[in-house]
Amino acid sequence: MRKALLLPILGLFIGLTTQTHTADAPGGTLQKIKETKLITLGVRDSSAPFSYLDAQQKHTGYAIEVCLRIVAAVKKELNLPDIKVEMTSVTSATRIPLMANGTIDLECGSTTNNAERQKQVTFTNTHFLTASVFVAKKSANLKRIDDLKGKTVVSTAGSTNIVQLEKANAERKLGITVIPAKDHAEGLLMVETGRAAAFVMDDVIIAGLVAGAKDPGMFALGSEPFSRPEPYGIMLRKDDPAFKAIADRVTAEVFKKDGEALYKKWFLSPIPPKNINMNLALTPAMKKALANPSSNPDPASYAD
Amino acid sequence: MNYHWNWGIFLEPSPEGNGTYGQMLLSGLWMTLQVSVLAWTLALCAGSCVGVVRSLPSAWARRLSDVWIEPLRNIPLLVQLFLWYFVLPELIPETWGDWLKQLPNAPFYNAVVGVGLFMSARVAVQVATGLAALPRGQMAAGLALGLTPGQTYRYVLLPMAFRVVLPPLTSELINTIKNTSVALTIGLAELTARARAVQEFSFQVFEAFAAATLGYLAINLLATLAMRLIERQARLPGYGKA
Repeated sequence: MRKALLLPILGLFIGLTTQTHTADAPGGTLQKIKETKLITLGVRDSSAPFSYLDAQQKHTGYAIEVCLRIVAAVKKELNLPDIKVEMTSVTSATRIPLMANGTIDLECGSTTNNAERQKQVTFTNTHFLTASVFVAKKSANLKRIDDLKGKTVVSTAGSTNIVQLEKANAERKLGITVIPAKDHAEGLLMVETGRAAAFVMDDVIIAGLVAGAKDPGMFALGSEPFSRPEPYGIMLRKDDPAFKAIADRVTAEVFKKDGEALYKKWFLSPIPPKNINMNLALTPAMKKALANPSSNPDPASYAD
Repeated sequence: MNYHWNWGIFLEPSPEGNGTYGQMLLSGLWMTLQVSVLAWTLALCAGSCVGVVRSLPSAWARRLSDVWIEPLRNIPLLVQLFLWYFVLPELIPETWGDWLKQLPNAPFYNAVVGVGLFMSARVAVQVATGLAALPRGQMAAGLALGLTPGQTYRYVLLPMAFRVVLPPLTSELINTIKNTSVALTIGLAELTARARAVQEFSFQVFEAFAAATLGYLAINLLATLAMRLIERQARLPGYGKA
């Protein structure tokens, strides 16, 4: 009886595997939007300031604002001003299946654009560059990566940051005990409660968490990054050139024209819901990325 | 579905730089096995003791067992793991708390204790039920033969009670194995956590979780088979057929 159960399950996988590109009907996402008069944005609940919930429990953020510009252009392109916009919460575990099965059309958050992921999905122009750094208690006086020698350091499970931390640990023989946290908030909590000496994460995420902490003054960022700045992009389905062309065109226009104003609005001013200011200075590399929009996954191409 | 299948992903090197994606999943499987075995050992030992206390004729003993069983089985496992991991170190004296927080592999020990104690409440109830299912005369017969109450439990009651509850204990063993996946929330790199990490790096989510599913299926089928074997070995000729 057990065999009888196993076989259909295996059959299902094999069936799925061979039946790959059914949604790639001619027209792709644009055709789908035209038929359903609906465009669905995949959004995050707590990726401030990119994509998060405000005081009214509505999704807002920098990436959502950029996505809504793409939506406006799609409406114009299809000549359908009454297209409805729906926002669906996604997590890092659900964004791929939901994009693959057509539930969401654009993922508006803080997803890293890299070559490996481009085998599965594609990205429009880079909207942010982030570097992996560590945050520690100011009183611990940790500055360089070598200062973490022999300490317990936390990073978020499954993130690219934990990989960079492991790599630095192995290459420099630092003897760091690396522990994974289930999410970013827990990572900072572990530093706050003394369970770990430092938390390794993207600078922008640390800035957001620290700005919202009980006592932002107790934390200090390390001065040495673990990586070159990595590009964040809005995620789209692969092999859909018509939709990508619109997204690329719109984002290029937006970044060139309003990029710095948008940056100021979300990273250098108080943002809802708690009017916290991220206070993340516009770096030369970021300035360059806004002036010359690109969806290149290679961090080296963004060097300033 | 606009999805690019790549079953070869398991042979590709992972960005962690110490092996392939397949090895990542195997390391998770190994972690799941270790936590399961230790948690089940704890659950069986603690659960049997509490189950015996619960079966004692004194009302106080029963109440004592309730103090153990009720919180452990009525609070969700997820919440219990958080309590052990985040709240306990803040409640005990600071030096002990700091020692606990800095403990290497803290998520591992936490998972063993958390899952083990959670399951011990269920095992305790099963063992107590098994003892209650025995004819009441057995206790009296043991005492009449001159055995102490302890010896009666050891040589007469428990050997029979465990045989009675072996089938439900199989379910509890399988639940223990599955429950270890909850420990990913305290950062334990077990099978589900590793499958999530694989999908995070490669975006091949269905392949990663298909492999994890087969992994759990394999362990649990083996556990079921092993328990069946024990059941058959332990069966007493002529007992329970009447």
